[in-house]
Amino acid sequence: MLKIQNLHARVEGKDILRGLDLQIGPGEVHAIMGPNGSGKSTLGHVLAGRPGYEVTDGSVTYRGEDLLAMDTEERARSGVFLAFQYPVEIPGVSNMEFLKASVDAVRESRGDAALDAVTFMKRAREACKAADLPVDFLKRGVNEGFSGGEKKRNELIQMMLLEPSLCLLDETDSGLDIDALQVVAKGVNSLRDGKRSFVLVTHYQRLLNYIEPDHVHVLAGGRIVRSGDKSLALDLEERGYAWLEDEVA
Amino acid sequence: MSQEVIDSRIGKEYSAGFITDIESDTLPPGLDEDVIRFISQKKGEPEWLLEWRLEAYRGWCEMEAPEWAHVDFPPVDYNALSYYSSPKNMKDGPKSLDEVDPELLATYEKLGIPLHEQEMLAGVAVDAVFDSVSVATTFREKLAEAGVIFCPISEAVHEYPELVRKYLGSVVPRRDNFYAALNSAVFSDGSFVYIPKGVRCPMELSTYFRINEAKTGQFERTLIVADEGSHVSYLEGCTAPMRDENQLHAAVVELVALDDAKIKYSTVQNWYPGDAEGKGGIYNFVTKRGVAHRNSKISWTQVETGSAITWKYPSCVLRGDNSVGEFYSVALTNNRQQADTGTKMIHLGKNTKSTIISKGISAGKSSNAYRGLVRMSPRADGARNYTQCDSLLIGDRCAAHTFPYIESRNPGAVVEHEATTSKVSDDQLYLCQQRGLDAEKAVSMIVNGFCKEVFRELPMEFAVEAGKLLEVSLEGSVG
Ligand SMILES: Nc1ncnc2c1ncn2[C@@H]1O[C@H](COP(=O)(O)OP(=O)(O)OP(=O)(O)O)[C@@H](O)[C@H]1O
Ligand SMILES: [Mg+2]
Repeated sequence: MLKIQNLHARVEGKDILRGLDLQIGPGEVHAIMGPNGSGKSTLGHVLAGRPGYEVTDGSVTYRGEDLLAMDTEERARSGVFLAFQYPVEIPGVSNMEFLKASVDAVRESRGDAALDAVTFMKRAREACKAADLPVDFLKRGVNEGFSGGEKKRNELIQMMLLEPSLCLLDETDSGLDIDALQVVAKGVNSLRDGKRSFVLVTHYQRLLNYIEPDHVHVLAGGRIVRSGDKSLALDLEERGYAWLEDEVA
Repeated sequence: MSQEVIDSRIGKEYSAGFITDIESDTLPPGLDEDVIRFISQKKGEPEWLLEWRLEAYRGWCEMEAPEWAHVDFPPVDYNALSYYSSPKNMKDGPKSLDEVDPELLATYEKLGIPLHEQEMLAGVAVDAVFDSVSVATTFREKLAEAGVIFCPISEAVHEYPELVRKYLGSVVPRRDNFYAALNSAVFSDGSFVYIPKGVRCPMELSTYFRINEAKTGQFERTLIVADEGSHVSYLEGCTAPMRDENQLHAAVVELVALDDAKIKYSTVQNWYPGDAEGKGGIYNFVTKRGVAHRNSKISWTQVETGSAITWKYPSCVLRGDNSVGEFYSVALTNNRQQADTGTKMIHLGKNTKSTIISKGISAGKSSNAYRGLVRMSPRADGARNYTQCDSLLIGDRCAAHTFPYIESRNPGAVVEHEATTSKVSDDQLYLCQQRGLDAEKAVSMIVNGFCKEVFRELPMEFAVEAGKLLEVSLEGSVG
């Protein structure tokens, strides 16, 4: 599904990713943990193709293709989805309008016919239900005045409707209350179908109680410094990151 | 967004640019009293109207073109313009669409204004203005049944002389300003509307303007009178073919809302804005004003995306107690377009209310200025105004300016003003692109969201059109 080799990237002239390697197979769930500022969000943005994020070395192959050669929207259309750590607001543009336009664009690029309004509405309502947000939220401006947790759940709605192949969730669990955490976990688990892959960036082992990862990685200083199974997350919870950083040094 | 992306998108051709090949009866360039006599005589006007025009002309000769607006252009040579043009084989005026020059109809077709279709569409009556002569009017009968008069003003001069004489110039006096005086002297044609007492006009009234003759100034004159307790909604839409020389358009629109009447006047303006370097394009210097009597309401809604230079301030004189004035505006400028637009709300009566919602969008190297005056007279007890003035910048080479003037001579009057300036942010674009939308679609969606409060005020079918128009106007400007 995804193969990252020796990835180096810089933002505003600052080197952030420094030789990152990661391989993700179809249907796998990978958790990425690591200290603040280590480059986790940067990785997500580099994969999603955020303008201004410059790749200085290395390669990323996505489903056999050179991901880095694709435009931002092409990546999205080919199934790369990033749930943002800090979702932005688009005042005046209704969630519904935004979702419909996105779904249409993605479907069109795949050669699928646009969904008729009734089918789309049905799916949008289901997604709201799964994310435990009232259907009214579809009429509100994109993230406009949403609470932190509501914004995160709104990301889940988008993910469900766009049916991506590779889901990157950047701290979707941060700022969620305990019930909402379960809602998000349930949403993610419902999307697991043996083919779709997930990268969960998180600071909390708790999320992994609900979504069982196949692999856990620690990102520090712009590289993966340790990989393991879910027991690694438990170790980290207990011991923090200092011992790893010491080991790496 | 990056400048490269913006640049790469500049250069969308104006899709309404073509010239119709129709023989026309055009006066040589130049303006003097004889020209005015010629125009008046051509139209078989009564003596009083000729005198009215001449008086306006004499006033105009003593005036100078205003320079206070935030626009910059070389002086117009008024003697290089021609002041009369009419399609030749239209002299007697067609009685029905069948009599209309097929080529003319094809012209409208290209602009997406199929009259035939519109006849069938939800009751829109169309008074199409081709250059200086009205060539097609539909739905006259249905309107006549309701007692509504909707006809070219040149015809109204003959058929309803008392009404025209009573109200022409009653809202915008002949010497009101330089461009209004010029219009009064040489106005070509335009629409006249009269809604009798207590009548709700049974359909939207709509006029399409079109400028077709090279170097021909266009001087429309519109007069709408809504008698006591009547309602009318009027829509004006414009587009013009591509031109290398700048064309002057100095229209005058007068609205009279008598006691308890309602007038809604909507404009979608899409005139040729000039090319990416600012060459060509329409100069649009318009005077639009309405007088609102007791308990009446005048509402201006405008979506302006065209013209090289726009100078336009649809205004309301709230003369009667409890009268209401509204101004909803979207003004989009791109490339080298310049717009100085806004409104005047003159509160004379007690408990008068006005609302101003202005949305300015600047892209490319354009300049967009909002200029608004709110005046509270000493008699205007309990008067209120609310003004919201939002600017949206796309790219970093454009400019937005806001010039609010507030003159309150009544301590009890309330004037509220809010202004914001925002940019289409890179983060918003990134979010959209990450969800599969291309930059162009993303910007047009964001801009449409920004304009929502104004689009809501447009008649339904035109709200959709206005959205599309913004999309077309933004193509080639953003990324
Ligand atoms: N636009 C930018 N300009 C300068 N520095 C940046 C920019 N974006 C990110 N950085 C820096 O890059 C580093 C990595 O940031 P990133 O957001 O990837 O960290 P993170 O691992 O996601 O942290 P957190 O756990 O706090 O979310 C940080 O030091 C951050 O300050
Ligand atoms: Mg982060």
